[in-house]
Amino acid sequence: MSFEEIKKQAISQWEAMQDSPRLRILIGTATCGMASGAEDILEALDKELAKNNVTADIVQVGCIGLCFAEPLFEVVKPGKPSVFYGNLTPALVAEIVRDWLAGDNPRPDLAMGTRGEGTLEGIPRLFDLPVLKPQVRIVLRNCGNIDPANIYHYIANNGYEGFIKALKMKPQEVIDEVKKSGLRGRGGAGFPTGMKWQFCHDSPGTVKYIICNADEGDPGAFMDRAVMEGDPHAVLEGMLIGAYAIGASEGYVYIRAEYPLAIKRLIVALKQMEECGLLGDNILGSGFNFHIKIKEGAGAFVCGEETALMASIEGSRGMPRSRPPFPAQSGLWGKPTNINNVETWANVSAILQKGASWFASYGTEKSKGTKTFSLVGKIVRTGLIEVPMGISLREIIDGIGGGILGGKKYKAVQTGGPSGGCLPLSFLDSPVDFESLAAAGSIMGSGGMVVMDENNCMVDVARYFLTFTQSESCGKCVLCRYGTKQMLDILQDIVNGKGRAGDIELLQEIGDAVKNGSLCALGGTAPNPALTTIRYFRDEYEAHIKEKRCPALSCRALISFYIISDKCQGCGICARACPSEAIKGGKRMVHVIDQAKCVKCGTCLDVCPAKFSAVAISSGVPVKTLAEPVPVGGKA
Amino acid sequence: MKVAQATEGAPAVTKGPDKAIDSQMTEILAHFKGEKGELIPMLQQVQQRFGYLPEQAMKRIADFVHVPPSTVFGIGTFYAQFKLVPTGRNIVKVCRGTGCYVRGAPRIISELENKLGIKDGGTTPDMEYTLETVACFGSCALAPVVVVNDKVHGRMTPDAAKKAIGTDKKS
Repeated sequence: MSFEEIKKQAISQWEAMQDSPRLRILIGTATCGMASGAEDILEALDKELAKNNVTADIVQVGCIGLCFAEPLFEVVKPGKPSVFYGNLTPALVAEIVRDWLAGDNPRPDLAMGTRGEGTLEGIPRLFDLPVLKPQVRIVLRNCGNIDPANIYHYIANNGYEGFIKALKMKPQEVIDEVKKSGLRGRGGAGFPTGMKWQFCHDSPGTVKYIICNADEGDPGAFMDRAVMEGDPHAVLEGMLIGAYAIGASEGYVYIRAEYPLAIKRLIVALKQMEECGLLGDNILGSGFNFHIKIKEGAGAFVCGEETALMASIEGSRGMPRSRPPFPAQSGLWGKPTNINNVETWANVSAILQKGASWFASYGTEKSKGTKTFSLVGKIVRTGLIEVPMGISLREIIDGIGGGILGGKKYKAVQTGGPSGGCLPLSFLDSPVDFESLAAAGSIMGSGGMVVMDENNCMVDVARYFLTFTQSESCGKCVLCRYGTKQMLDILQDIVNGKGRAGDIELLQEIGDAVKNGSLCALGGTAPNPALTTIRYFRDEYEAHIKEKRCPALSCRALISFYIISDKCQGCGICARACPSEAIKGGKRMVHVIDQAKCVKCGTCLDVCPAKFSAVAISSGVPVKTLAEPVPVGGKA
Repeated sequence: MKVAQATEGAPAVTKGPDKAIDSQMTEILAHFKGEKGELIPMLQQVQQRFGYLPEQAMKRIADFVHVPPSTVFGIGTFYAQFKLVPTGRNIVKVCRGTGCYVRGAPRIISELENKLGIKDGGTTPDMEYTLETVACFGSCALAPVVVVNDKVHGRMTPDAAKKAIGTDKKS
């Protein structure tokens, strides 16, 4: 079958599904969906549909990014807009099946929003909600809408049109189009993609390689996983286009082993591409050959660095090497190689599908297009978002994210993972683009955005990131190998109350040395979290060092738990829950925590009934509390 | 820099060639050509089959690919996925990624350590449980995350985590 015939069939299948007189339920069963209980919901659905004598087609889709509301599903009833229901439980499923699938009540009290033509009273449109309205979904265009295991769904939605267009252009014209779009690498470094392709294209040699870096190692980032699970063809089409433009006939997707579902989806997608004549020799009769292999990572963060990644594919320890020569001149097995991130490839297919000018109409002058972010941490609406470059941090955190969880105070937002920095309140109105984040001392990075509140200790955050980078350092460069260890030791001393005068300056000195003396970006950016937290939260460091006090009341070695005498009602719940039997007191006696036995686990704080709120934490100052239990209401 | 960690409580690795390992290795290697680029996929198969990398298996691979055993050992010690000592029947992985860290992962880790009586990286003496922490699973919006035998649990609390290691235990 020719591609035109395949496309015709795909479209008619898709339209038949859209116009179907049957009920349809789209449910997210990617990793997040499953982790939040989608399996139980599927089971409940089967049960309730049978019970109410209703038939419906169930389509398993990828993540729509509304993780805070998972598990969720979208109910499509012919002639009506579809309705999204979130935070599902089997009990709620029973009500929804009974009332909307079998009945006529869409349950505005349970519905999140509608999509499609028409409105339903009392239910807002999903994409008008504050969480979705500011978003522009280019990379995530199909996630949550199509079955990622069905290539026909992708094809019916302009899938592979970008590649068809590219085939009609000369390779140089394709490169020019990508240059015109202004696309910059989405893996963190932000290098202009078109220029990178040009270098590889211009390198002499007939054997060239294309690599997709799907090693997404930044803790706190999962955008690439969502795209590969929800719309793998968007990435693969991008690779096809890139291979054609550059003149490569072999490609690799290097994907971390911790993403088994994404690997599974990719394997299925590659097979379906072959079946449609979109992969292999003489693709669609064009004479262009391209084969893609999957290589799994084995648990090394440093393999996200391009030269380490290539070493890993070649079967070695993932240790970076110096550049020049750059991969574009000499990469995999010494051949010219172009590596791009998952999100970059997904943008390429969109750019060829809809045009460079369309893409460049989004974003800022130097940062075109959109960026996906995993918006996580102490925020109400955690999830996966995609916004135009240039939007402010405040619009993301307050608008899309719904503000800080539990009404607590905002403290910092961490961008760029272990290579990035923590930005305080004063940066909330900064635009999110490559230049502005770099100027503030952080980086865009791959898209992790972790929001922190007043109870997160910034010294501990720096220590946390150094623990990670120190253990992931490959060991090749002396300054990275020893410098990260030294910085980590100093930070551990500080959080344990053993900080000394001069530690801050020493951290800065070692940090600068590590940055300058490292051959790759792991060492080159590992000191960033420490250096930026010193820059913006120096007072916290000084409190830890000079006063042995943790202002966030978080560092275990520096805090004490105590019971507020005039709030305790002697209910005894804390004493029973304490794992170290450190709480003394009988019934209707004001309880007292024995500081010698207390391990600072925080259980008492969790279990003390909210109406009493008698447990508190102090740091840096000795607590004046009772030595022994006394009767409640009696004189101290 | 990753350094091979001894596992507390694990039994000593048997000395002398093990026929069972040998025949399984023949089976595994039959799917490969013997190229250097296959080293990591080969070791991944071994890890999956045995739960760790027996020394004997690494030596077989070295012979097959014609590289020194130290090269294979070097790969085994570099990548976190590979274990050099046997692991327990049930693998409990707690995410310590940033999203999970700021939402209470450290507490879950210490409570699971207390409950199982082992530290992060350790295996219980009865070989039932191995407890590990992982840098990031990629389910950050559902933090904190605990994975028991490949079943991913989101929005965990210390109590829920303790419960999950019981309910998801292999029978």
